[in-house]
Amino acid sequence: MDFDLTEEQQLLADSVAKFLDKNYSFATRQEIIASRGGYSPLAWEGLAGVGLLGAAIPDAYGGFGGGGVETSLVMEAFGRHLVVEPYLATAVMAARLIATAGTDEQKKYLLPSIADGSMRFACGFHEPGSRYDLGHVETTARQENGMWVLNGVKSVVMHGAVSDLLIVSARTSGKPGDPDGISLFFVNPGEEGVAGREYPTYDGNRAAELIMLNVTITPESLIGNVDKGLPLVELTADRAMAALCAEAVGCMDALNQATLEYLKTRQQFGVPIGRFQVLQHRMVDMLMHHEQAKSMALLAAVKVDSEDAVERRRAVSAAKELIGRSGRFIGQQAVQLHGGMGMTHELAVGHYVKRLAAIDTSFGDSDHQLDQFAAAESARPVERTQFEKPRSKWKQIA
Amino acid sequence: MDLNYTPDEIAFRDEARAFVRAHLPPEIARKVIEHKRLGKADYVTWQQILHRKGWVAPHWPVEFGGTGWNPVQRHLFEEECAAAGAPPLIAFGLYMVGPVIIAFGDAAQKQRFLPRILASEDWWCQGYSEPGSGSDLASLKTRAERRGDHYVVNGQKTWTTLAQYADMMFCLVRTSSEGKKQEGISFLLIDMKSPGVTVRPIITLDGEHEVNEVWFEDVEVPVENLVGQEGRGWTYAKFLLSHERTNIAGVSRSKRELAYLKHVASKEHAGGRPLIENPRFRDKIARVEIDLMALEITDLRVLAADRQGKAPGPEASILKIKGTEIQQALTELMMEAVGPYALPDLPDAWGDHWLGEYVGPEYAAPLAARYFNYRKVSIYGGSNEIQRNIISQQILGL
Repeated sequence: MDFDLTEEQQLLADSVAKFLDKNYSFATRQEIIASRGGYSPLAWEGLAGVGLLGAAIPDAYGGFGGGGVETSLVMEAFGRHLVVEPYLATAVMAARLIATAGTDEQKKYLLPSIADGSMRFACGFHEPGSRYDLGHVETTARQENGMWVLNGVKSVVMHGAVSDLLIVSARTSGKPGDPDGISLFFVNPGEEGVAGREYPTYDGNRAAELIMLNVTITPESLIGNVDKGLPLVELTADRAMAALCAEAVGCMDALNQATLEYLKTRQQFGVPIGRFQVLQHRMVDMLMHHEQAKSMALLAAVKVDSEDAVERRRAVSAAKELIGRSGRFIGQQAVQLHGGMGMTHELAVGHYVKRLAAIDTSFGDSDHQLDQFAAAESARPVERTQFEKPRSKWKQIA
Repeated sequence: MDLNYTPDEIAFRDEARAFVRAHLPPEIARKVIEHKRLGKADYVTWQQILHRKGWVAPHWPVEFGGTGWNPVQRHLFEEECAAAGAPPLIAFGLYMVGPVIIAFGDAAQKQRFLPRILASEDWWCQGYSEPGSGSDLASLKTRAERRGDHYVVNGQKTWTTLAQYADMMFCLVRTSSEGKKQEGISFLLIDMKSPGVTVRPIITLDGEHEVNEVWFEDVEVPVENLVGQEGRGWTYAKFLLSHERTNIAGVSRSKRELAYLKHVASKEHAGGRPLIENPRFRDKIARVEIDLMALEITDLRVLAADRQGKAPGPEASILKIKGTEIQQALTELMMEAVGPYALPDLPDAWGDHWLGEYVGPEYAAPLAARYFNYRKVSIYGGSNEIQRNIISQQILGL
């Protein structure tokens, strides 16, 4: 048991912190949000330059060779700086999915392009009728003249309009809700029949509704095996959730720091408001939520790379459930303790609160995660017999 | 970053497990697991079994009878004990006064008291709280006046746990009313058989006799029973509190209780199905389980810092608050699980040698009493509000 980072991991954490301190201030971030594309090509280039886009890409393809822990180090720092770049979909979800399930050709062509910053990805796993159910896929892909033809709608695709390549789930057999019959495809957003409607999300990001109408793509666009895509979608979502947990922890850290600072400096009734016990205890509760969230983000970062899918799901869902709760508590209390100032758009506080709310919604909120966790629990062998020992002697006589 | 134990640690755990399984008397384990009433003999029997193995005081220095285990080994041992249903070690001698005598006692005190603590020949109790001194402990009034080679003690202690069994009390007494209130306190070891000591039971919500009032009327205590220096008792008391933290989170016990809760919820039925499958109840269990997973990691993080020689700090307060919240939630859910059969109040039914008929399932009998009893855990050992004050001052600097 060891909670220490390796030397390489420490270097990674240091370099991301240094890069963001220098290049991603809150003011810069607000400018990026207001810009036309809603992301920063300059920052993206910089992230590639310091090697962060390849953090989770195997060495052989120009990356750092990291996994869940490395990703979480980057994401926690992103949380502190409220980064709005399409890092999660590109460098975590797409990169790791391709490394896990891609053909040699796909890996050779796509992974170095992610690492060097020349390609951005977006992942469309959800649909208007699916809510958080990854298995509810109505989008269809049928084979026609040796090509795949896709039809359907993907909802709230983060950064969907600014990506160079989309990854979408589509049904190749069965009906919506069937675990089998889902396949994964690369779709070029410039392909004929792909239409998108972009919109801003309340946390400063951009998303899109994607409509695919008779989109015809090559057989090489398939990722993994036909009809067997759901486990890959779930694995990718789990990796994204573990990363989001780390990002949330970074947001909570920033919020707690800002709130503590405010309690120490804001004067009312002739004293700093942090002198009031009711506020002290509230701040302590915020700290405890943050500590518990840190523990769970760490558990998720380690277990997301577990071979055992049930163990992985159990840890990730548990982490996201708890972090949804703690993020809501910390966010609401940070605004409350900042008083009227917490309500203003000019202070960073509210922006962290919004990001935490958005993270809760991404890939399923606390209620959804509780369901997932309970399902994973009942799939686990439980040793219940330890309580069914034979009665002791005097009891048998009685 | 590695959440797994090393092969050496696993080998140690296996050794501890084998010993505990082979030597813990099953009738004692059964009482612990099923929340039956434990008597003095149950505690002493287990402590003497551990003493014969040399494992009763792992945290003591080796020269005084400790094992030389590191914090991880101690943690693993405690886990094995808790999982098997071993009774908790009575803290007053082994965890409280023992370390104080080792650190501040003179040679004669060490020779006289330590071997008897290890052998469970003396049962110790704690004389801290008074009717007027609860959370404000330093305001205590019990007086000790020096007369020749004796102190004469007058006053009253309260909430004295299991004083009805005690041979000795370590007691905070006021030897001076000059200066700061903390400075006039001394640490005295009092023989409970001394003339003038009266122990009166206090019956708590659960109908049980666990705590007492202890009265002192001109009780003569030889001066050689003063630990350290007169007027330095507060310092020793604080030292003691920092050592009381061992297993303060109670994670392993809570894990056992959680498994028992699931056992009860699988036996109980609601609407013709096992209660554990009722979504509302299942969610409550799942949420406690997630909180417990987080606390386990938080506990291990503190432990890892401990192993690196970082002094036990205010993090212990986080463990105490979260640990007791979870313990209380578990007792609450267990009582809830048995529904109306929590109501019968038959205290003999959870005692030794009950040959009567149970009303409802046997496991239901002690659950209400246990729920009421466990309201104490957020009050004792520094109430959870006092713990929040500690975190606020020592971690947050408010």
